Amino acid sequence: MSFLTIGGAPGAPSTRRSFVVRSGALLSGAAVALLAGRDALAARAASPAEGDVRVLNAALAAEFEAVAAYGLGVASGLLQPPVRALAQTFQGHHREHADLLAKTVARLGGAPAAAKAEYAFPTESLATQADVLRFAAKLEQGAVSAYLGAVPLFADRDLAKAAASILGDEAMHWAVLRQALGEVPVPSAFVA
Amino acid sequence: MLAAALACAPLHGAGGDASAGEAIYARCAACHALAYDRSGPRHCGLIGRRAGSVPGFAYSEAMRRSGIVWDAPALDRFLADPMRTLPGTSMAYAGIADAGERADLIAFLAIATASAACRGSAGR
Ligand code: HEC
Repeated sequence: MSFLTIGGAPGAPSTRRSFVVRSGALLSGAAVALLAGRDALAARAASPAEGDVRVLNAALAAEFEAVAAYGLGVASGLLQPPVRALAQTFQGHHREHADLLAKTVARLGGAPAAAKAEYAFPTESLATQADVLRFAAKLEQGAVSAYLGAVPLFADRDLAKAAASILGDEAMHWAVLRQALGEVPVPSAFVA
Repeated sequence: MLAAALACAPLHGAGGDASAGEAIYARCAACHALAYDRSGPRHCGLIGRRAGSVPGFAYSEAMRRSGIVWDAPALDRFLADPMRTLPGTSMAYAGIADAGERADLIAFLAIATASAACRGSAGR
């Protein structure tokens, strides 16, 4: 949770609230970017907060899907107990990410994306524990890339830091899933 | 099946390498699949399709009204910086900055989105 306190006054309470509460900084950030002739961020959305909401909602939609995907794995009957427990733990992390993202969207004045009633998963290709692990690993790899692609889009640097924190968590999921599959857990020095 | 198709496929796009592009496509896997809609639309049938035209997918206004038809140059421009190229798009992703990586990715998309894995799911 320490990432929630960045930029806060020393001794400020380390609450989720402090993560988004300093929205006054949004405008000044964009203004500085404009003054410096860097109009890239400003061009991306009607307002910096609106752009950030869009990025947060894209991440939120993917987190909801991850929660559902792990739910499918847990309910599949294909996972041995320790792997099943792992899947439940990872599902819990994704649920926490979704909670935080939804609250942040709401706090910025946006409408949080909702979970779908139903997801299309390639269930016909999930016949063994390894299939489920490979499916989850692919989702986590994609999530890492998606957050990497989101970090530079945020007008609010606190949000970029929060996204990087989630990225780190999902990269750990990915590595553990690769390890469980007998693959090299960390395939390279950089993620992309 | 897809791997076999890729192995003997000619190079497409701006000289891109489709098998290298398959690895780059993993970056899209948080939001896209070839054959079914996720938080992003399915990609089967992409090449030659009008932007924002998969039935039942909730596109942004910006995408639906873009007038884009997806070919290699249009994909190259969009994927370089989606939110800059198409302000208002809901594809919140920084894009693929490297032109060589984009060429590989587009070469992969050209083959994969018309592959056997897509039969019956092109969403047209
Ligand atoms: C964070 C989620 C996310 C990621 C990551 C992502 N996309 Fe998208 N993509 C979307 C969404 C959402 C849309 C619909 C955009 C709209 O309606 O404005 C979309 C739309 C598209 C379209 C237009 C499709 C159509 O039917 O008109 C293409 C092409 C595309 N994405 C390619 C890619 C590729 C290639 C990658 C990987 C390099 C990628 N996307 C990564 C979410 C994502």
